[in-house]
Amino acid sequence: MKLRLNRISLPLAEFPLALDITISEQVTALCGPSGSGKTSLLELITGLRRPKSAFIQLDDQVLTDTAAGVSVPARDRRIGYVPQDLALFPHLSVRRNLLYGHKPESESDAAGLFGFAHVVEVLEVESLTGRNVENLSGGEKQRIALGRALLSSPKLLLLDEPLASLDRALKAKIIPYLTRIRDEFQVPMLLVTHSIEEVFPLCERTIHLERGRVTS
Amino acid sequence: MSAEEWQIVWFTAWASALATVLILPLGLATAWLLARHDWSGKSLVETLISLPLVMPPVATGLILLKLLGRRGAVGGFLHDHFDFDLVFTWWGVLLALGVMSFPLLVRSTRVAFEEVNPRLEQIARTLGAGEFRVFCTVTLPLAARGILGGMILAFARALGEFGATIMVAGNIPGKTSTLSLAIFQSVQLGEDAHAFRLLSVSVALAFLAVWISEVLLHRKRSHR
Repeated sequence: MKLRLNRISLPLAEFPLALDITISEQVTALCGPSGSGKTSLLELITGLRRPKSAFIQLDDQVLTDTAAGVSVPARDRRIGYVPQDLALFPHLSVRRNLLYGHKPESESDAAGLFGFAHVVEVLEVESLTGRNVENLSGGEKQRIALGRALLSSPKLLLLDEPLASLDRALKAKIIPYLTRIRDEFQVPMLLVTHSIEEVFPLCERTIHLERGRVTS
Repeated sequence: MSAEEWQIVWFTAWASALATVLILPLGLATAWLLARHDWSGKSLVETLISLPLVMPPVATGLILLKLLGRRGAVGGFLHDHFDFDLVFTWWGVLLALGVMSFPLLVRSTRVAFEEVNPRLEQIARTLGAGEFRVFCTVTLPLAARGILGGMILAFARALGEFGATIMVAGNIPGKTSTLSLAIFQSVQLGEDAHAFRLLSVSVALAFLAVWISEVLLHRKRSHR
């Protein structure tokens, strides 16, 4: 995977987000203090936010090129996004949440890697599928949000603070699932965290962001 | 209650319900645009939509009459090309009820749409859903209770409509006479018993509609 983020410029409340980086690692952590522009960057990549200027390319597909007037809609980017608040659909059952973006006949998944049975098995959520999302624990919700994103057969997975809302015990439970996703699905991951120690074993590269700029 | 009185009650309830259903698609689209998008001239559109709420209903009715009468721009066109007349027909009743109820429907529905977390719609898009699917599977179900509350309020407003209806449709017994028009006429003619019977039905219908709307809104709040 190669994610190019060039000429990124997005005015934020206190400072502009401005960076120029290429990410080619399997799992990359984006860390920095609160308000440094991490979530805004993820939203730019997903296409949910419009930049002032940007060139974003994932492998050979240009997702955003403001100079050429290119902006692939979020629905066509195939980027799985798990926001910090998880945003599970409260009116749908766990099963319908999981299947919301699933295309069973996906040609890009001939091996059935992103099939319902496989995802449910990896994340160990089979017993939850008949339940209402509002009755799930924090860790269960996290796994359902991960499963929902995976079932859309993403080319890239963006995780915004995947461990932030969990207590210590739950964090320890979720990390092995993230490791299995990394190893079994081979989906590149970019995960935002303000505590690098928690995800350090998962990551091959760490990018520090401060006040909208890459510092290391 | 006499057969004539029941006819008035049924006609009013039926016309109010139909007017509410007819304004629903445009009301939903308008409310969604107002809740989810910003564009130049938005405040002007908001003001125009709210005008029937604050203007004297008779004045709104007069505008409609001038537009839709045979000598009006729209009414003249309809008469000349389709031999179709709106004023002083039950179509006129529907139109007056719809116009007067529209602002209430839009206001309630807009609030319902605004209360849907936009993050859920965004996530649906990242999962491959187009705008229509996002609206049908996320926005609409989550706003449904508020929309239903808005529809009931619009229906209740239509039940009590007087000023615009009498201007556009007149008060033709058996044809365009609604509850409020019939009550007014009965009082004018000194038929107090007739007026009070219609008044009781009117109060009961309005009470029921507002009560159902309150129950729906209360449930919505307690589910949050």
